[in-house]
Amino acid sequence: MSVSRRDFLKSSAAVAAAGAVGISVPQEAQAAAAKAESNWRWDKAACRFCGTGCGIMLATKGGKIVAVKGDPAAPVNRGLNCIKGYFNAKIMYGADRLKTPLLRMNDKGEFDKKGKFKPVSWERAFDEMEVHIKKALKASGPEGVGVFASGQYTVMEGYAAQKMMKGGFRSNAIDPNARHCMASAVVGFYQTFGIDEPSGCYDDIELTDTVISWGSNMAEMHPILWSRVTDRKLSNPDKVKVVNISTYTHRTSDLADIEIIFSPSTDLALWNYVAREIVMRDDAEKIIDWDFVKKHMVFAVGPTNIGYGMRRAGEKSITPVRPDGSAGKYSALEMETINKEMKKKVSAKEAPALEPYGLKEGDEMKHTPGTLKHWEISFEEYKKSLEPYTLDYVAKIAKGDPNEDIEEFKKKLQALADLYIEKGRKVVSFWTMGMNQHTRGTWVNTLSYNVHFMLNKQAKPGSGAFSLTGQPSACGTAREVGTFCHRLPADMMVKNPKHRTIVENSWKVPAGTLNPVGNQHIMKIHRDIEDGVVKFAWVNVCNAYQDSASASHWIKAAREMDNFIVTSDGYPGISAKVSDLVLPSAMIYEKWGGYGNAERRTQLWRQQVLPVGDAMSDTWQWVELSKRFTVKDVWGEYTLRNKKILPDVIADAKKLGYTDDTTMYEILFANDRAKAYKSDTTKFPEQGYDDTEVLGDSRNVNGSDGKPWKGYGFMIHEYLFEEYANFGRGHGHDLAPFNVYHKVRGLKWPVVDGKETQWRFNVKYDPYAAKANPGGDFAFYGTLAKALSQGDLTGIKDKKKKSLKNKAKIYARPYMDPPEMPDENYDMWLCTGRVLEHWHSGTMTMRVPELYRAVPEALCYMNAKDAKEKGFKNGQLIWVDSRRGKVKARVETRGRNRPSQGLVFVPWFDEKVFINKVCLDATCPMSKQTDYKKCAVKLYKV
Amino acid sequence: MEKEVKKVQITARRRFFTSVAQGTGLGIMGGLLWAGYAEKAKGSPLTLRPPAALSENNFLRTCIKCGLCAEACLNRDSNIDRESGKPRPGTLKMAKAQDDATIGTPFFVPTDVPCYMCEDIPCVPVCPTGALDVSLVTDKNGELDFTMMDMGIAVVDPNSCIAFWGIQCDACYRACPLLDEAIKLEYGRNERTGKHAFLMPVIEMDICTGCGLCEKACVTEKPAIFMQPRELALGKPGDHYVKGWDEKDQERVANQSEKDMTTHGKRSQEDPTDYLNEGVSFE
Repeated sequence: MSVSRRDFLKSSAAVAAAGAVGISVPQEAQAAAAKAESNWRWDKAACRFCGTGCGIMLATKGGKIVAVKGDPAAPVNRGLNCIKGYFNAKIMYGADRLKTPLLRMNDKGEFDKKGKFKPVSWERAFDEMEVHIKKALKASGPEGVGVFASGQYTVMEGYAAQKMMKGGFRSNAIDPNARHCMASAVVGFYQTFGIDEPSGCYDDIELTDTVISWGSNMAEMHPILWSRVTDRKLSNPDKVKVVNISTYTHRTSDLADIEIIFSPSTDLALWNYVAREIVMRDDAEKIIDWDFVKKHMVFAVGPTNIGYGMRRAGEKSITPVRPDGSAGKYSALEMETINKEMKKKVSAKEAPALEPYGLKEGDEMKHTPGTLKHWEISFEEYKKSLEPYTLDYVAKIAKGDPNEDIEEFKKKLQALADLYIEKGRKVVSFWTMGMNQHTRGTWVNTLSYNVHFMLNKQAKPGSGAFSLTGQPSACGTAREVGTFCHRLPADMMVKNPKHRTIVENSWKVPAGTLNPVGNQHIMKIHRDIEDGVVKFAWVNVCNAYQDSASASHWIKAAREMDNFIVTSDGYPGISAKVSDLVLPSAMIYEKWGGYGNAERRTQLWRQQVLPVGDAMSDTWQWVELSKRFTVKDVWGEYTLRNKKILPDVIADAKKLGYTDDTTMYEILFANDRAKAYKSDTTKFPEQGYDDTEVLGDSRNVNGSDGKPWKGYGFMIHEYLFEEYANFGRGHGHDLAPFNVYHKVRGLKWPVVDGKETQWRFNVKYDPYAAKANPGGDFAFYGTLAKALSQGDLTGIKDKKKKSLKNKAKIYARPYMDPPEMPDENYDMWLCTGRVLEHWHSGTMTMRVPELYRAVPEALCYMNAKDAKEKGFKNGQLIWVDSRRGKVKARVETRGRNRPSQGLVFVPWFDEKVFINKVCLDATCPMSKQTDYKKCAVKLYKV
Repeated sequence: MEKEVKKVQITARRRFFTSVAQGTGLGIMGGLLWAGYAEKAKGSPLTLRPPAALSENNFLRTCIKCGLCAEACLNRDSNIDRESGKPRPGTLKMAKAQDDATIGTPFFVPTDVPCYMCEDIPCVPVCPTGALDVSLVTDKNGELDFTMMDMGIAVVDPNSCIAFWGIQCDACYRACPLLDEAIKLEYGRNERTGKHAFLMPVIEMDICTGCGLCEKACVTEKPAIFMQPRELALGKPGDHYVKGWDEKDQERVANQSEKDMTTHGKRSQEDPTDYLNEGVSFE
């Protein structure tokens, strides 16, 4: 703080200068300010951050967003925000925004994987992408071109990306970070309802009597919804009950009447305990709504030996296996866990739960890769599956705090079951990553519906199991648009030939263009890069190299193997750092866009300001890339890895009027249908707003052809939105017209006859249910997997498939151990997650000075007794070390998260506490969602 | 202008003297010299002192400006930088001329570096003079107890605190090392929206130590929660009345002495006999 003589002289000179000008300066400034005040413009948008989907208003002045307010008209948040939303005006203006493409080059200006980043033109950037994509297609076919996509894509850019990938490159290797976030919820929905996304909506909060949070720290991760839960609790504190079920104490416990701390993975047992209470007490207490169950439910089960979604024997990077236990690129320590993917022994802890499935302690389970297969069973078989979950067994395996009295714990479990069961009591179960990031994530998701269904407390105002979404458009883009490797828009699947035909017809691409094999989920893309199959990968609106577990492997593969990695981002993060080419992306309010939140609410906004520097939107980047590829470049014959042939469709393309040299741009984006969406800047909603893609803008950025960018000339946003929306209209996914969303504060789909839908499958509220079951009460009209073979817990007995149209499913799913649990060497559980102040990998929020100041680094939250036993002081740096890697983190024993002994929590937002180097990339083998909540670590002083 | 120049000079000297005092351990010499400056550059009453500091007047009289507390703070185990492996800036600083504290005395500014409330309180036992009085942070069993620290108290400005607007913030609450003890959340219903709740931070005066972690975490441009020395921030009810509903409060009766009960207000100045003999005018 000392003032040097030089500083002093400088400041006194400044004072003198100001004095000479005199009083006129502030007056002028004041006048200018007053004029500007009448010049700022308010317009609506959606918050950039979580899946809550708060509405905001942005104040724009002089080409910059200068202020933000919560939108008082937005039904979700009524003018309020959390502290991330509070900083929406600041997230785009960090001084280190990426402003120009950057390429790794040698001194001669050639691309060089070992070179340093240097600025290049957009034209050069697309030249390089073109070369490397063609190289990848030649080496590995469409499976060699991958995209790390996003639940933070706008609807339009997600649609553009998937159209070029699947329709142009014929590659299904596009998968979003939403895979890490809610894939288990999705498979849970598909398996149970045959259609994705929640039946209820946020209005349930005001209508319910009971909020039960399972593996969700709503208080920090969905603060605006939590304030609604809090208000509901305050409205009737005696009647309204809140339960927090978690593996560690966190902020959501503050409001809870009951807090249940369970041992990781035993949420499977807790749900089964509640179900067992319902079933076993039914004779005496008449708990089950048999009328509802008989009319609308079937019981089902699937295989249990499905592994843990890790690498499998024979894969290139774990070959050869060496005598010391190491294999390929993996150490012996890593292989200790990975070997469980192939087989394992049934443990004492899980043996009782697996007994009805014909397994006992010590049996070897041989795992086959995860399968979605399931078959119908009788209620008696389902009941048999529940028998092991006695209070004694469940309390014994599930009690998560070693210092808690087991009798107290049992009382809580009974109270939990009683809250669900109580006649007339409305119950909402909320969950987020605890149940989704889980090696049995799909199972535990389906278990939640079991309980609600048997009690007829689902799809009703104030009652239902409701999956909260992490990302702002995990629903709206990743799921609804279908930017997953296995999906197409509106719940269609790449493996379904009818669905492919529908999409091919809409896109005017030849029959057989679409690739029927969609298995390159996000971890598979990483593994395929490590195996040398994927040679080109593009990171879009995410931070794939910070957000994926076992991170060191993927970073090494990106940096040291023969491949080309591109990252498009607003700011430089880990993914950009490991890339070969970095593209500056327009950020959220620098482009037209739309998001869809967790309650099926679609919200659109207009471009508020011009992008910073030469940044351009991801939509533009995809569409410009499409100009570089012609029919003959991408539509020839390919042989896939599984020996399936993707046919040559060039001849058929010609029948559609295309030539060898017709570009994908002309076919997929600038076709006649697209051009029919005329731009009219004299009318709403375009009037008065920038539109860089359609009109170009005053920056005159030199585009992909080296010439100043002047715009597509047609309303591409409306085209992309409408073409996408047409897939869902009439199929239970109806969206309103593009322009309507610019007038309203979002609408919950299906939007039928201009009206949104609050409770799906309920005849009173959902026109589709009313149509499917006229005069009835419910119709679970989803169409996926709605005919099943018959069998029992151990397998299929009658292969003939029986239709279960309009019905939903209740599943028998056992408790099973995760593949890695604490042992003598790695004695602690590690759980990761977020903090309120920071969004995901922190690329935006760590650049807001106030949020950085509030939480500048990720801490290792642990129990004070564990710290004392290990000789750690609060604030001391320790190593958090797993079989895969280690990071330095500071001990925090007094913080917001209070684990019981035996578990530590480390958030992942901080690239300097790179916890994903420590985490295990095991996934739910059905949903392929990584389990970031459970691995084993040891801790020691730095 | 002249004043500014002086500041520069003082800074230069201060640096010199600190190094002499620390280098030779001649604390007393430093103290004597600095007594002269204390007159000129009066400390601000807003100064936050290290844990277990005596009351400001006694502290200034006792502190010899040796810097041992700041050194202990800087070199504590929990202050190692993650990347460099070297100490980060410490919490405690020795005041320079331009600081709001008597020159040469230890103080801290929470928005720069707050006090992390170390369990072993390294800054206090090293004090050679008792200006930092270890007994003030020692519990009945003779063990150091960081919860007994008392550097100041957090004050919330409810007009600028965005939690009072309904924003879901509570950054201060989560940053508090005595979480849900020193700062509690007061819940209120938001009548305007009809479905959201206020979660407003409220300071527990008996528990807050004034560490400043909340002030550092506060996300408003100028923190809406900030530290003040207790004497400055707090009022004091008389011990002649205690809360009938609060047993702990009734312990304050112990502060009352039967010997001091006579009051000497303006109305009591006159001898009662004199008063009576004045008579009453009836004109």
